[in-house]
Amino acid sequence: MTYALEILDLKKTYSGGTVALKGISLSVQEGDFYALLGPNGAGKSSTIGIIGSLVTKSSGQVKIFGEDIDLNAAEAKSMLGVVSQEINFSQFEKVIDIVTTQAGFYGIRKSDAVPKVEDILKKLSLWDKRNDQARTLSGGYKRRLMIAKALVHDPKLLILDEPTAGVDIELRRDMWTFLKEINKNGTTIILTTHYLEEAEQLCRNIGIIDKGVIVANTNMKDLLGTLNVQGFIFDLHKPLDAAPNIDGFPLRLEDPLTLVAAVNKDRSINSLFEELSKLDIKIKSMRNESNRLEELFIEMVNSNEK
Amino acid sequence: MKNNYKVSISLWTLTVKEIRRFLRIWVQTLVPPAVTMSLYFVIFGSLIGPRIGSMDGFDYIQYMIPGLIMLSVITNSYNNVVSSFYGVKFQKSIEELLISPMPNWSILLGFVLGGVCRGVLIGCIVFGVSLIFYPDFTVVNPFLTIIVLFLTSILFSLMGFINAVYADSFDDISIIPTFVLTPLIYLGGVFYSINILPDIWRSISMFNPMLYVVNTFREGMLGVSDVSILFSLGMICAFIVILTGACLYFLRKGTGIRQ
Repeated sequence: MTYALEILDLKKTYSGGTVALKGISLSVQEGDFYALLGPNGAGKSSTIGIIGSLVTKSSGQVKIFGEDIDLNAAEAKSMLGVVSQEINFSQFEKVIDIVTTQAGFYGIRKSDAVPKVEDILKKLSLWDKRNDQARTLSGGYKRRLMIAKALVHDPKLLILDEPTAGVDIELRRDMWTFLKEINKNGTTIILTTHYLEEAEQLCRNIGIIDKGVIVANTNMKDLLGTLNVQGFIFDLHKPLDAAPNIDGFPLRLEDPLTLVAAVNKDRSINSLFEELSKLDIKIKSMRNESNRLEELFIEMVNSNEK
Repeated sequence: MKNNYKVSISLWTLTVKEIRRFLRIWVQTLVPPAVTMSLYFVIFGSLIGPRIGSMDGFDYIQYMIPGLIMLSVITNSYNNVVSSFYGVKFQKSIEELLISPMPNWSILLGFVLGGVCRGVLIGCIVFGVSLIFYPDFTVVNPFLTIIVLFLTSILFSLMGFINAVYADSFDDISIIPTFVLTPLIYLGGVFYSINILPDIWRSISMFNPMLYVVNTFREGMLGVSDVSILFSLGMICAFIVILTGACLYFLRKGTGIRQ
């Protein structure tokens, strides 16, 4: 089976002696939407840098759709698009020139690049700003431009290193929709993010890296299934002074009208409703607490530290 | 074959980008050499030149023209590549090239061609300015002149590339042009023949590589030189080969551009 990305025993020690990667191995299937998570300094950006030829590896092997990045660099690179964490385009060029030039670097003739560039800029709502200098764009539009650059040569594998960092929620949701669509159309996507809700919403598989080692590499559903406790948020009809004391259900008040419950996997939530009714606490609405992945993430990173 | 075609498109793209860069800022890149050289021709050519008399049998202004063209070609080829390549490092847009399938030789060639285009264009501009002050100037050996013009641009573009590879700040890209390149060019026979120097200084001047570049170009334009032309051409070509090898080595190792 050919994987979209295959990493074998990848090691990286920087010239100052910092060990960023201690021999990680992972594989990402074709068509996957994969989350690579880890705390700051865990080795995510080093891994992405090595895949994108921006960082020199100390040892190990990286293959993109079966093509080794050392032995068949041109073939491997032509299938890869990378959206780096930091802005990496000339601030003094026009948006349309930046994307068209990037297409040229991939060997796409200008006559072929022009309609492609128009299409991608329109999809990312950048078409109206095509003649603006890049430096005049807002942070959100700069992020979009980074994505446009990475996609202009139709890569089969797209890697995004914290693409929604510092982006407002509306734009973030737009990006999610866009990424879901290109993934549906066949592009394999690897995403690193600090917004764990983002990973939970978008990704099917997940790898967690910490201190240069992979501490988890599994299916998102399976991983979330290992959670013993699930959080629920209740919006109340009447305000409470203090959280009620119900045996087996730890409760806390977020504010007088918001009650948060931790429900153990082997307990039924119906029992909680019954207990609340007995106390004459009426619930207006209910939603899941969206930090399930966050809990697991912290748990795994902490256990790696021990 | 298909891959070669793609590489040629990527090389063309980078070269056009480099040319567009210096044309976009033409007030900073094309105008200053024309203004500065006009002043040289006015002061040293028209005002002081007649008092100096002839140099190697030529009017002083006529003798100066090849030297001043070379001065402009060398500094502009060098500055174009050093500022452009350091600029892409500084702005991190070097990543656009490193992530792409462009081979290292193609990246190097793209930057060097940008430097050569600017150097040659500046050479033509300065020659045009010189004709205003000395309209009767005729080039003795156009073939040698053009060859030296291009070889010099290539050589100093490569040197600019190496400077940019090692540069960590904007100071680093101005130190060598200001404190090494310019003094060596000025002392390399731009304004005088080394035959007028005392023996000791003439001997020391023979170790200045700029002397060979300036005099080979002067041989092409005027037919006179203080040095052996074949030796000079051989040295220029040898340095181009050595520096190309060094640049490709730095790119392969990722010196200054990859962590």
